[in-house]
Amino acid sequence: MVLSELQKGDMANIIRINAESTLRSRLNSFGVMRGESLKVKGCSLAKRTMEIEIEGTLLALREEEAKKIEVEKLVE
Amino acid sequence: MDKITVVLAGQPNVGKSSLINAISNAKLKVGNFAGVTVDKMELDITYCDEKTCQDYMIHVVDLPGTYSLVDYTQEERVTKDALLEGDYDLIVNVVDSTHLQRNLLLTTELLELGKKMVVVLNMIDEAQNEGIEIDEKQLSIILGVPCIKTSASQKIGIKELEESIIKVSQQKESESKVIYSDFIEEEITRIQFFFQMRRYKSSLSYRELAIKLLQEDEQTYKKIHDEPIWIELQHIVREALEHLYLHTGSKDIKEIFSDEHFAFAKGAKMEVMSRKSMRAKNFTQKIDNLLINKYLGIPIFFLFMWILFQLTFTIGAIPMDLIDASFAWLGESAKSVLGDGVLGSLVADGMIAGVGSVIMFLPNIMILFFGIALLETTGYMSRVSFMLDGFFHKFGLHGKSFIPLVTGFGCSVPAYMAARTLKNEKDRLLTLFIIGFMSCGAKLPIYVLFIGAFFGDAHAGNWLFLIYLTGAILGLIAAKILYLYVFNGDDEPFVMEMPKYRLPSFGLIWHTVYGQSKSYLKKAGTFILAASMLVWFASNYPKQNELEKSYATKIELSQNEEDKKTLGNELNKKILEESYLGRVGQASEWFFAPLGFDWKMSIALETGLAAKEVVVSTLGVLYSLGDETDENSSSLREQLKKHIPLPAAVSFIVFVMIYLPCFAASMVFAREAGGWKYLLYLFIFTTTVAWLLSFIAYNVMKLIVGA
Repeated sequence: MVLSELQKGDMANIIRINAESTLRSRLNSFGVMRGESLKVKGCSLAKRTMEIEIEGTLLALREEEAKKIEVEKLVE
Repeated sequence: MDKITVVLAGQPNVGKSSLINAISNAKLKVGNFAGVTVDKMELDITYCDEKTCQDYMIHVVDLPGTYSLVDYTQEERVTKDALLEGDYDLIVNVVDSTHLQRNLLLTTELLELGKKMVVVLNMIDEAQNEGIEIDEKQLSIILGVPCIKTSASQKIGIKELEESIIKVSQQKESESKVIYSDFIEEEITRIQFFFQMRRYKSSLSYRELAIKLLQEDEQTYKKIHDEPIWIELQHIVREALEHLYLHTGSKDIKEIFSDEHFAFAKGAKMEVMSRKSMRAKNFTQKIDNLLINKYLGIPIFFLFMWILFQLTFTIGAIPMDLIDASFAWLGESAKSVLGDGVLGSLVADGMIAGVGSVIMFLPNIMILFFGIALLETTGYMSRVSFMLDGFFHKFGLHGKSFIPLVTGFGCSVPAYMAARTLKNEKDRLLTLFIIGFMSCGAKLPIYVLFIGAFFGDAHAGNWLFLIYLTGAILGLIAAKILYLYVFNGDDEPFVMEMPKYRLPSFGLIWHTVYGQSKSYLKKAGTFILAASMLVWFASNYPKQNELEKSYATKIELSQNEEDKKTLGNELNKKILEESYLGRVGQASEWFFAPLGFDWKMSIALETGLAAKEVVVSTLGVLYSLGDETDENSSSLREQLKKHIPLPAAVSFIVFVMIYLPCFAASMVFAREAGGWKYLLYLFIFTTTVAWLLSFIAYNVMKLIVGA
């Protein structure tokens, strides 16, 4: 599944980042890396943008970008 | 006195500016990086080493915050270029202690540059409050550079930092080191060994050279490529790369190394940081629950905006009136001293009036920038982007475009400056180009005059609202068209940090406001002064002495006051008609004829290029009512109604809505967009759109009215 499919409050592990190098390096620089875990903190109206927390950093990203992050949902 | 040049690098929101502010006895200089609209802050610190009694001058250049060494946005490019090619002695890398791992990623990249470096663990007090403990000694050992704990707000560690800068600057070379995974280290050793065997001469260390080769650094390849050693080296490097590919299962060397950086940063963090408790970020979480709430978030934002604009344009109006009055007074006194002649007129009507019009915007700009700086430093601005990006992105704009666009309804000058919050060049240009569609306050008198004359007072408010709304919608459509056909480069990926909410210090905000105001006064001031002198010249020359003489006698001969006034108005009208400006207006009549404008309306529009307020007074002069007319003057309304057909009036309103903003704004636009060519583009773009839409409006109205 991909990040954009998650709902507020979901936790997940990042499996893969399917992005071209600009986006990937940008994500990497924020600590979004294969193997890291994240939590969805919230979504804006119509889920155009979403907020995630990773290693204490809060990040906002667009739906387009969230679609490129493959994740595995963690069950609490 | 020894001079040490230091570059200050770090990720955004790590408190670099606060740190600078915390350094006492520093002389601050605010400016721009050459050729770009990126703010540059420099400061000079004099430092006296108590033991050796040696004086030092530490020159600090604050580089724009960047998450990693990339060159996507202008700011990132500036930072990267400065770090790679700049002439400096050492890097001070400021790190947010509460986000150690992410910050160490950049540190790792900086270490690879092989320069002397000091790492600053800033906001250590905040980290302690969150229960984070950092062993800075251990970190120093891992990174090979000194690490110093600081807090800008508590003024901790500033002295130690200064000492450390001096100490490191005296080292022969950098002792920084990044250690990679074993399989990479193996390949590095192998290449290093080869260089040793061949006793290769190089300014870089063999290790650095080996790493650069593995990272496929173009410059290094270019250099070695032309040397005999290349023949053998080629095979060794190729083999090494094959090994890396095999080991990682990836063929992307950038990815391999960014994995390495990440592993290094994470490893370093694990080793030096411990968490005593989890008191973290509850504060931010609680505020965010409200401020970016799905339903309440946007109304709350609108409330903040409403307050900001009330403050900007109501409180700002108080000193504005005062400034206006004092400059009027200054003009009067200049005239009384210099006489009514050419010199008096140039100084009073040209220079003082021109400079006055620049300074008049200053209160607005200061209040608005105070508000924006507050929104940015508290961390709220990125929440705004988060909430509004969905809507604005549809038109090719960014969530942050909202603030400059709304500011545009007040005045375009601060609006263009507010576009600086957009870090991506394409987003910023696009926003800059459509700010003019948001009708500014100075266009209001024109609308009020025409609505009053042609639609009556009864529904004036509704018509006015319709005009503003239409402008905004046209602006969004224009943005979409420009986005699709002009600025159709790649989208910047929207991945943005939402920083923790922090209470900024007043000093820091003041710095921003002060810097912005100063740069506005300096740059816009000089251009506008020159421009207002030009406009003054064009509307007063060539001198028509005979005309003036004949009228002077006529006025003297006339009996009653009424006649004198009419004659005076007639003279003003004739002077304007014969001036260069008037001639231009008449010469350009053919251009405006298809829109239904006569030459008077054309001139009024052209004087409006100087300032939109002038349009009404020019119409007043041209319809011989004197230049004391305002939008509520009923006689001007009647004159307009008598001389201008309804379709032409509508077409005039449409043209005013869209065409080039005033001179002051145009100057600021050129500066913010980054060049005069953009002003030319804006001129062509707005004029074309204004002409076409006015043409359509004129003909549609003609059909409706049936004239």
